[in-house]
Amino acid sequence: MLSEYLSILIYMILASGITLVVIFANKLLGPSRPSARKSAAYESGIKPTGTARERFHIRYHVIAMIFLVFDLEIAFIYPWAVIYKTLGWAGFIEMMIFLGILIIGFLYAWKRGAFTWE
Amino acid sequence: MTLNDLFVLSPEIIVTVSALIILILDLFLAAEFKRSLAGFTLFGIVLAAVANAFIPIGSAPLIQGMLRVDAISQFLNLIFLVGAGVAALLSADYVKRQGIARGEYYALILLSTLGAMLMGSSANLIMIFLGLETLSIPLYILSAFMRTRSASQEAGLKYFLLGSFASALLLYGIALLYGATGSIQIDEILAKLPAAMLATPLFVYAGGGLLLVGLAFKAAVVPFHMWAPDVYEGAPTSATAFMAVAAKAGAFAALLRLFGPGLMQIDSAGVVIIGILAGLTMIFGNIAALAQLNLKRLLAYSSIAHAGYLLLAITAAQSTPLAGTAINGLLFYLLIYTLMTLGAFGVVILAEGRGENLSLSDFSGFASRHPWIAGAMAIFMVSLAGIPPTAGFIGKFLIFSAVIQAGEIGLALIGVFASVISVYYYLRVVYYMYMRPSTSERPVFVSGFIVLGVGLTAIAVLVFGIYPSVILQWLPQAASATLP
Repeated sequence: MLSEYLSILIYMILASGITLVVIFANKLLGPSRPSARKSAAYESGIKPTGTARERFHIRYHVIAMIFLVFDLEIAFIYPWAVIYKTLGWAGFIEMMIFLGILIIGFLYAWKRGAFTWE
Repeated sequence: MTLNDLFVLSPEIIVTVSALIILILDLFLAAEFKRSLAGFTLFGIVLAAVANAFIPIGSAPLIQGMLRVDAISQFLNLIFLVGAGVAALLSADYVKRQGIARGEYYALILLSTLGAMLMGSSANLIMIFLGLETLSIPLYILSAFMRTRSASQEAGLKYFLLGSFASALLLYGIALLYGATGSIQIDEILAKLPAAMLATPLFVYAGGGLLLVGLAFKAAVVPFHMWAPDVYEGAPTSATAFMAVAAKAGAFAALLRLFGPGLMQIDSAGVVIIGILAGLTMIFGNIAALAQLNLKRLLAYSSIAHAGYLLLAITAAQSTPLAGTAINGLLFYLLIYTLMTLGAFGVVILAEGRGENLSLSDFSGFASRHPWIAGAMAIFMVSLAGIPPTAGFIGKFLIFSAVIQAGEIGLALIGVFASVISVYYYLRVVYYMYMRPSTSERPVFVSGFIVLGVGLTAIAVLVFGIYPSVILQWLPQAASATLP
């Protein structure tokens, strides 16, 4: 039984080995000339301002939660769409009920103003 | 899933649909019609209860073995629906008075009830976990519902942090049991446990122990009860009333499914542990309640103590010939506990007036000012203490006699002594109401809905105490149903 996992073991060794080799080769072969600007935090090319440990507005939290819900919805819909034909009408109705409940939640969040920033 | 499955699950479906409709109605209804949402909630609950009475009972598992609707789950559903219905009655005007009248409140109560119902009929560990989360998450929100009060915020956060920790323990227990037995179906696990205990005993004991701890936390069993008094005190009183009932009944439904009859044949040590927890809970809950002067804290410790009596029934259910009697006792006691606890909290809501933190001295001379409400409170207190002719006595009698017949004389003695201690603090409330001169002129808050809820529960507690056969005749069928 263990031999069935041999290929996974080889894959794990190869993946971690190649990653380590590339990282160390980069460190050994590449030139290293650090400067203040280079070692500053990367903020999409803009000069870094403030610290990374700031307090975030609670609204980010709400947006993140709504994102999570619809992210999971997609995770359900993909496999459903793949076997859509074999499931037939029953599968279609079940998915519509699932989506209906989610849409009610979406409507609720919308009317409660979860998407307005002000 | 077949059409028959949908029909059998109609109570759960009705509860879910009502919750969704309430969310939508709340968005589009004008403010002056918001009060009708309580009525709509009650309508949904009554409809679900009627459907629950007519569903065909079969022990065949539904939806790929996830749920098992049998006579026990049918009776448990009735308990949950009664609890939710009375809680909705108590809430209707209370939330308005506290300025937290929002439709979400009722939707959350219904969703929490749905979680309890799913727990009561689950035949699968994953379903128990999903039910528990569906039950708990609305309760976290409900306890923090009075957002502007810091005590309510504290209650919500405390409950959420400790509760999610307990859920994590439960989930880890499920994972370990799955690792040991290779199944998440409860009946398959019970069948495979003896072999698994020889092969990987550590996994089985750790998994079963974590499951027990997770559920004991939700049921507020000593030593996992620390959250209960603070959360009960801080949460809005109507939410506390619902929480005290729903979380406890749901957790005991799952305990019955997992640690009910059959555990003894597999592992007698587990039964001893449950017995020790029951003893500790009865002793500690009752002794700690002696020192409480705040009514909500007093009822919180009282609800902890009652978890001990209910655990006692689980212990007694282990001896095979008596399993039916003990389960009957447990189900009857859960129903009566639901009624008397909700009623007592209803009186607290009435007596709180517009303020908070009702203390014992506020009840001084209460009987001379409000004889009817005081009379109802006296009935609840006498019933909680287990004195005839109230239903609390019948419940305790059923449980203790099952325990004695099962041969657990020591546990029965602890239970009786603990009940004797409890008489002191329950009757002290009655003493304050009837014997003390009236000192506090705290105005009561009179609301038709709440008075109706208190009156109905008081009558039910008296009637079921004098004619327990009204309920008992339903029970033998419940207990003869198959337990996994």
